[in-house]
Amino acid sequence: MIRRTSLQALGGLVAIVLAGPAAAELFAIGNAEVHTVGSAGVLEGATVLVRNGHIEAVGIDVAVPDGARRIDAGGRPLTPGLIVARSQLGLKEIDGVEETNDVASTQKRYSAALDVVDALNPRSVLLPVNRIAGVTRALTAPDSTKGGSLIAGQGAIISLAGTLAADGQWIVRPQAAMFAALGEQGRELAGGRPAALAALREAFEEARSGGARLADGLSGDAQLSPLDVAALRRLLQREMPLVLGAERASDIVAALKLADDYGLQLIICGGAEAHLVASELASRGVPVLLDPSRNLPAHFETLHVRRDAVAVLAKAGVRFAFIDASEFGSHNARNLRQLAGIAAAHGMSRDAALAAITLQPAEILGLSTVLGSIEPGKIADLVLWDGDPLEVTSAATAVWIDGQAMPMVSRQTLLRDRYLKRPAKDGAAAPATAR
Amino acid sequence: MTRSARACLAALATVLLAACGDRHPAPIAAADPFPSTYRAPESSAVLIRGATVLTGLDTRLDDTDVLLSDGRIAAIGKGLAAGGTTVIEAGGRYLTPGIIDVHSHLGVYPAPGVWATSDGNEATAPTTAEVWAEHSIWPQDPGFQAARAGGVTTLQVLPGSANLIGGRGVVIKNVPAVTYQQMLFPGARRSLKMACGENPKRVYGKNGGRSPATGMGNVAGYRAAFAKASGYRAKWDAWSKDKKGPSPDRDLAMDTLADVLRGHILVQMHCYRADQMATMLDVAREFGFKIQAFHHAVEAYKIADLLADTQTCGALWADWWGFKLEAWDAINENIAIVDAARSDQGPGCAIVHSDDPDGIQRLNQEAAKAMAAGRRAGLPISEEHAIGWLTANPAKALGILETTGTLEVGKAADVVLWSRSPFSVYAHADQVWIDGVLRLDRARPNPQPDSDFMLGADVDEAVATPPAAATGDTP
Repeated sequence: MIRRTSLQALGGLVAIVLAGPAAAELFAIGNAEVHTVGSAGVLEGATVLVRNGHIEAVGIDVAVPDGARRIDAGGRPLTPGLIVARSQLGLKEIDGVEETNDVASTQKRYSAALDVVDALNPRSVLLPVNRIAGVTRALTAPDSTKGGSLIAGQGAIISLAGTLAADGQWIVRPQAAMFAALGEQGRELAGGRPAALAALREAFEEARSGGARLADGLSGDAQLSPLDVAALRRLLQREMPLVLGAERASDIVAALKLADDYGLQLIICGGAEAHLVASELASRGVPVLLDPSRNLPAHFETLHVRRDAVAVLAKAGVRFAFIDASEFGSHNARNLRQLAGIAAAHGMSRDAALAAITLQPAEILGLSTVLGSIEPGKIADLVLWDGDPLEVTSAATAVWIDGQAMPMVSRQTLLRDRYLKRPAKDGAAAPATAR
Repeated sequence: MTRSARACLAALATVLLAACGDRHPAPIAAADPFPSTYRAPESSAVLIRGATVLTGLDTRLDDTDVLLSDGRIAAIGKGLAAGGTTVIEAGGRYLTPGIIDVHSHLGVYPAPGVWATSDGNEATAPTTAEVWAEHSIWPQDPGFQAARAGGVTTLQVLPGSANLIGGRGVVIKNVPAVTYQQMLFPGARRSLKMACGENPKRVYGKNGGRSPATGMGNVAGYRAAFAKASGYRAKWDAWSKDKKGPSPDRDLAMDTLADVLRGHILVQMHCYRADQMATMLDVAREFGFKIQAFHHAVEAYKIADLLADTQTCGALWADWWGFKLEAWDAINENIAIVDAARSDQGPGCAIVHSDDPDGIQRLNQEAAKAMAAGRRAGLPISEEHAIGWLTANPAKALGILETTGTLEVGKAADVVLWSRSPFSVYAHADQVWIDGVLRLDRARPNPQPDSDFMLGADVDEAVATPPAAATGDTP
């Protein structure tokens, strides 16, 4: 069941920057257990042929052209690169060091014009840490944190290749989505749940009128700037989706009504109680970004969260992708596959769980024509694993982004190598020594 | 476990705390004002047959039977006679000691996390040795049941880390209860929670405009508190010899710190950076107390030898990092490197801890990540060794290794039967026994939650489900 989201219809409207690799390289990864996450399913002993950063062929009997570099996967699993559907990668370095943290604007109700691209840092230490663990693309989002904005601004889709990206094009798609908050976060910023809804409606009305009040000079205390209005008009024209934070079932219903009223393309983020309104979500084709590991009522708005919610959503036909709902979703975006493993341990098929961190986020973000699966014509974001890709004891052994092999080095591996004494020749482990 | 230790446990279960044997002479206030009322209900004997047993002692026993009887591990061996006992065919499934989390805030920072339940930090002064975390525990925290489903049988609930000295922590059995005393681990000593680094100086210096505002202010704060406590202890010890004249005035904070100096209360310290840990080891030596474990110590790998030399455990995450500057230098091999250190004093002591209501539900997965990272770095780590990070080592750090933490005849029947190797994301705790009482059976889940708070959260669903029979195991 693959439904196209209307995001994919946006190709003509939004410039999608999908870099071609600098080097015209031809290589084949052979003898792999290829998890295509596409219609071909899992292919054992298969070959993936990559040319110029794109997948040219996938299959058991792929003819490898002369001159192609050959890589033997040794029968190990090869998957698409993992896609993080919401993060702050490149936008914050250390939560507790304010100078490095640009996830939220402050002191404004509306920050629709805010564009994370203006702050994104391709040299973030977080990128290699997650890249060598198989994460290849991420949506980086502004956040409606405490004291921030009800409408937080526009996120961007990035490549975790960062400065290593071909042609330096690591920002795959700027202005990829607008972010705003309902629920407990929205009520805190607006002064109540109804106030949050009213504030969003007010902003949309103003944008729909083309900033008429602003133009009429009636906006001495306007909280929307002309740039905000312009950004919101693009939202209302469905040039980008609205990612609304909502957990409680009633908040999700309110979000659906808002989207109906303004013809918005909606994505629910959080969705702790989405399973309670699964049919409403399914009938509108509204997808959900959710953390499948949550099972505790950490907030009153998540009282009904349950670990098997994804089964209910899947049965109802709701599309979903997995995110890490904790505060560690950026530094440890790499643990997305552990969350997928937990979902698999609670009844989901492993293939579907892998799809929820590859093809499904690509579908929801409108990237699935080029990313999310190992199929001919798609970009060669590939990860070779030393075991079951969802298993916590497994690790990535090779990562390609745009067909480029990423160096398997991060600041963490450098620290490890500085302090770790390798085992002595007799096989006994030698202790690390304080330096 | 020795017979005397067992007798000791029984005595302790009544009133006295740490009054057992000569090693721990009675504290000033000998009677525990908050005694445990935990009593394991009667349980019938259970024979678990044909299990892959990870004992917690670095050994793995294939196709082995374990008999639980009278709340204890009664026998371990092959071909044990069933007699009239209930038999569980393990069929090769893994059997391990119950998981012990040395760092939890369940009950004191429960779910839901709202102001009314936010009881973990008495952040009103940088040293609050007079407060006890147990007085903040809300036994209805749904997190306890979720942790039990992850195989956690014992946990230490600590105050938060806002303060240099945050107060007393407590070891509890993870059983459903209405009062926290019904959870108190009989005989376990209380702990003292201390904190290094950014948190105290942020809470007081940056946000409060008072000391400590710096790392040096932090250290001055610990030393001032223990200098005062040394004098307090001397005064009381002198008076206690013949009890002549009026007793010195009591000070609840000093009671706690004096008992730390006497060894009746065990120090558990939040500390990330290697240099700060080394400083704290010096402070501990200056005043004559021992730090059982550095918690969250993301830089422990930089001083693994020093930790082994001082026999200080590292209570660690598998991979958390970067949320503040002192957590910037984390590496995935931290646990394995601390574990691999060797000293004349003994081996390194690594513990996987959670500090998190989600993480506590999957400590086995976190240990699996740490084990795999160590192996990839060339450190040979077996499953039977790594299970000790979740069982024997935390029991050692909490001072309860004599009664739990390993599968040995005579020890408490705190046992988990896993659906497969616990070092897997797909593993479930199939059955969990605490003192021989089956507290979780995945095949027969109670349709109603243990927590009163969760009961009827969705009344429409609840009325459709017939109420479960009372289990009768909550006094």
